[in-house]
Amino acid sequence: MEKIVLPEIENLHKIDVYRANGGYEAIKKALATTPDEIIDTVKKSGLRGRGGAAFSCGLKWSFMPKTTDKPKYLCVNGDESEPGSFKDRQIFEYNPHQCIEGILIASYAIGANSAYVYIRGEYHKWIKLFQKALDDAYDAGLVGEKMKTTFGTKFHVNIYVHKGAGAYICGEESSLMNSIEGKRGYPRVKPPFPAQNGLWGNPTTINNVETLTNVPAIINKGWEWFSKIGAEKHPGTILYGVSGHVNKPGVYELPSGTLLTDIIYNYAGGVPGNKKIKCVIPGGSSMPPLRGDQLEGIAMDADSLKAAGSSIGTAGIMVMDEDTDLVRVLARISKFYYHESCGQCTPCREGTGWMLKILNRMAAGQGQKDDIELLLSVANNIDGNTICALGEAAAWPVKFMVSRFREEFESRMNNSLDHPSLNKVHSMRHSKITVE
Amino acid sequence: MEFKFTVENHEKVVKLFDNYPTKKAAVMPVLYIAQEQNGYISGEVIKEVSTILEISEEDVMGVVTFYTMYHQHMPGKYHLQVCTNVSCMLRGAYDIWEAVKTKTGLKNGETSADGLFSLEEVECMGSCGTAPMIAVNEDFHDNLTKETALELIDSLK
Repeated sequence: MEKIVLPEIENLHKIDVYRANGGYEAIKKALATTPDEIIDTVKKSGLRGRGGAAFSCGLKWSFMPKTTDKPKYLCVNGDESEPGSFKDRQIFEYNPHQCIEGILIASYAIGANSAYVYIRGEYHKWIKLFQKALDDAYDAGLVGEKMKTTFGTKFHVNIYVHKGAGAYICGEESSLMNSIEGKRGYPRVKPPFPAQNGLWGNPTTINNVETLTNVPAIINKGWEWFSKIGAEKHPGTILYGVSGHVNKPGVYELPSGTLLTDIIYNYAGGVPGNKKIKCVIPGGSSMPPLRGDQLEGIAMDADSLKAAGSSIGTAGIMVMDEDTDLVRVLARISKFYYHESCGQCTPCREGTGWMLKILNRMAAGQGQKDDIELLLSVANNIDGNTICALGEAAAWPVKFMVSRFREEFESRMNNSLDHPSLNKVHSMRHSKITVE
Repeated sequence: MEFKFTVENHEKVVKLFDNYPTKKAAVMPVLYIAQEQNGYISGEVIKEVSTILEISEEDVMGVVTFYTMYHQHMPGKYHLQVCTNVSCMLRGAYDIWEAVKTKTGLKNGETSADGLFSLEEVECMGSCGTAPMIAVNEDFHDNLTKETALELIDSLK
């Protein structure tokens, strides 16, 4: 199987090796055509975003205004904070130049002269690795003002690395832009969309690291070639990150639409002790979990997963065996969203904390009579009522975990505890009574 | 205690202004430089950063408090960050977390009296494929067990 994003070539992270393997030829080819032609090629290739929403990359680029006096920007999203997701760091480590080349092509296509690569702060090592690659590319005259002479073109783009500082929410595109602007990472209300009103009020496109790393290959080998790989409506390869109860956790680059069971059993080595699978979260912790007995035949691409009642997300596959305590798992997931809620919208700020409190007492076997209904009611009141998708990210795991594994949650209830829990939760902020 | 950037660091700060159209946008990288020099972000650091970037102290403070990686107190020489998120949890992170707490005698967010260790339970660090993990300052230590985690802490002097 051909690998596009992480080819198995030794020392590919070094600029000489990358160039010896045809690196920085795609940008030459791109600069010889018009930006519109590139957008058209990427559109036809069917490349969809790899950061979670699986939106058409070419279509996103085409939203950028063609005639404007304002500067245009590209943001590259390497915040990668979704639990269960650890794919972009492989690109920073093993194939950073292909990402840089993708940034050059994307910048040319949308007409950006500045590109910001936002990398999560905890990735100290990978920031250094990527910065080293970027410095080498600058020194070789492939980035910045010098690219004008190198490639004989009027176009140039500067690429800057912006280090995050430990906020999951900054992976949300508008929050990411606020963070680059030097503000608290609050998501913005949309519309206006970034293509009209992004960084410092200027037209901006935000793409995921993996998405852009695909672009040089599409330019080199053509859209027909790319569109024939993997699932028809979601073509290309995907970096599947497998973690949890598997023998060989790790990142596997495979064609989109690979069977979930193939990924778990053939590539990730199956479950330790040959245990049964109780639950799989297929796309990072905010995506709806799947039951172990419904995994047969599920293909890992956006449309198949949607049909199966989940979502591809960042393709971070978390596997849980039959002995897993899902109430504790869900409590841990809720703790994460409670911690990461930025606090702007009341339903998310308050609701994530309430869900955590309820789940914690359930995990301790102290669930009260109406707790399941209360939990679902809080989740339903967050879902769809917030500025950004963190609300859904917090509500979905709760809604779907509880509905798909209801028996497990019911077994944790203590029906003798019949407190007026609703009132208690609502009055908690002003009450000295502790619920735990 | 008054805070001033060293000459070398001040040059780094000024160089950062080239990366952004506004000075304000440099606040995150500038705070990182300050934190490296000072160990944590003190009130004096905030004052100095706000002067250099020509923004209010409140703006700087807002950024410092929003992001978890800016320390508002002096961390230990070794800042232990134990991930307990799902992928790590499934592979025994809570055993490690409890063992590390017992070993160091610290609770989440505390720093030891001798200043050697500070302890933090952190959210997913992106090491799910090599879970469970502990980050010591900037370095990731992967594929840990309770035993190797305690050995790791023993090795930090």
